[in-house]
Amino acid sequence: MFFQQLVNGLSIGSIYALMAVGYSLIYSLLNFTNFAHGITVTIGAFCTFFFLTYLVKNLFLGILIAVLIAGGLAMLIELLGYRPLLKKKARRIYLLITGLGISTMCENLVIISFSSRFRVYPVNFSNKSINLFGASIGQVDLIIFAVSITALILVDLFIRKTRAGLAIRGASFDLNTTSLMGVNVQMLILIVFMIAGALAGLAGALVGAKYTAFPTLGTNMTNKAFISSVFGGLGSIPGAVLGAMLLGVGETMISGYISSSMRDIFAYALLVIVLFVRPAGLMGKSMEDKA
Amino acid sequence: MNYYWIGVATLTGIYMIAILGVSILTGFTGLFSMGHAGFMAIGAYTSALLTKTFHLPILVGVFFGMIAALIVGLIIGYPTLKLRGDYFVIATLGIGEVTKLLLENLQGFTGGARGLTDVPGGVTFPMVLCFLVVIIWGLSNFLRSKQGRNCIAVREEELATASIGADVTHYKMLAMGISCALCGISGALLAHYMEYLNPTMFNMVVSDQLVMTVILGGCGSLTGTIIASMILVPLPEILRFGAVQEWRMVFYGLLVVLVIIFKPSGLMGSKELSIEGIKKFIGRADKKGKER
Repeated sequence: MFFQQLVNGLSIGSIYALMAVGYSLIYSLLNFTNFAHGITVTIGAFCTFFFLTYLVKNLFLGILIAVLIAGGLAMLIELLGYRPLLKKKARRIYLLITGLGISTMCENLVIISFSSRFRVYPVNFSNKSINLFGASIGQVDLIIFAVSITALILVDLFIRKTRAGLAIRGASFDLNTTSLMGVNVQMLILIVFMIAGALAGLAGALVGAKYTAFPTLGTNMTNKAFISSVFGGLGSIPGAVLGAMLLGVGETMISGYISSSMRDIFAYALLVIVLFVRPAGLMGKSMEDKA
Repeated sequence: MNYYWIGVATLTGIYMIAILGVSILTGFTGLFSMGHAGFMAIGAYTSALLTKTFHLPILVGVFFGMIAALIVGLIIGYPTLKLRGDYFVIATLGIGEVTKLLLENLQGFTGGARGLTDVPGGVTFPMVLCFLVVIIWGLSNFLRSKQGRNCIAVREEELATASIGADVTHYKMLAMGISCALCGISGALLAHYMEYLNPTMFNMVVSDQLVMTVILGGCGSLTGTIIASMILVPLPEILRFGAVQEWRMVFYGLLVVLVIIFKPSGLMGSKELSIEGIKKFIGRADKKGKER
């Protein structure tokens, strides 16, 4: 029972981690919360659903398509919504409001075009399970965990080993200085949005496989990603992963051993406690902005 | 028919109180909230439960609703407003969601997702109008006071405001307190007007609409906020057919993005609509006409 809950928690946690890492990447560069993050998750789930239903019944191809489309959508959001404001050096609150506007607009467009029904992927493996150490582990959980960890390792390698990654690390330290060093910051921001969108699309596709796809999926899930990144430390990528995993496991344990209605309350209570006790989070640096 | 429009006007007035609160927070002090519907819910349920259980007069209920929302708001504001970064936004998002979750799960107490019935009624249009007049008068005086001007200064340039010796956190807390108190009043009035409460009446869509109305009216204009809420709040009542509700939200979202990109100051900017202002405007238009 415990082992089963643990694997279940890790699979949810790794989905939260995918979203939280994208969110933290953008936050570390631009210092604002991308409220349009949720819509890329929803689009990821719906892309996979439609691909599996009408084209090929191959989950991995479906996920790949979702990743590509969600990455593209995130780039589009950056180009049309955020770039004009970033160029004007608008106040941060305007960026937040734009994000809210984009997410409201897209979420309702999704409801209009696909209706607010819950949709189950035609490839069903949530009932298939594997026996491992005497516990039956859902196959879907193992796939989710493996795919997410692979994606996170790839992103980590990209950030630590490539030139673009070096530029991202520099920009998260100081965006202006990085642009003075000859880095095309606009391009860099676009790349970061693309990575964040692709990870969010992947998260959406995986959540859809575990549960169902529905229009408010993204908003529901990104709230948890925000909590995990505050828990781990705003703007810190390893923190986001750690926070997400702990939140995922904690949630599943609560709903497994206490009551499933306490699950979300636990998540928000955790947020409040972290804000009071240690707002810098588990691995966060100082919360003071560079003035 | 007449009753119907008075009803629409009463609801518009009730929501306008909450929108004015958010206007002080977002429009004048520059703090962004994603969960102010949660404070409306706190006000609404506090007042409804108090009046229902102890048979208090509804105005006493409204008062306690305001106090409850104020206290929760300050508790949330205290740790987060000191910090830089988006902690405050995420905390308000959290309080909005957790309020809804608690209301849904404390079934014996709040009626859960089925809702709370038999709330004492008695809120009328003249009563809401009285509240509005007092609140608008109070807010316009507040904004011209030292405290109010300091709030605007915090929005304009936080660092500079701190450097002339103003306590930035204090003014942020002040704005948060005012906005939560007004949302509490608004929620309590809503409870006694509808005579029924349900957690979905205060979900995230409501919070988003509060902020969007403020933005469209103009950050930093009370009259802009008032005009925007008079247009946007009754809109769903006027457009009551089919999938129009979703299209309305699409339209809101698009409008907000366009406004922020092309005219970030909103409908009225930081200008206030006044009789002198209109005279001046007409005078200018006359002059232009004569020059041609």
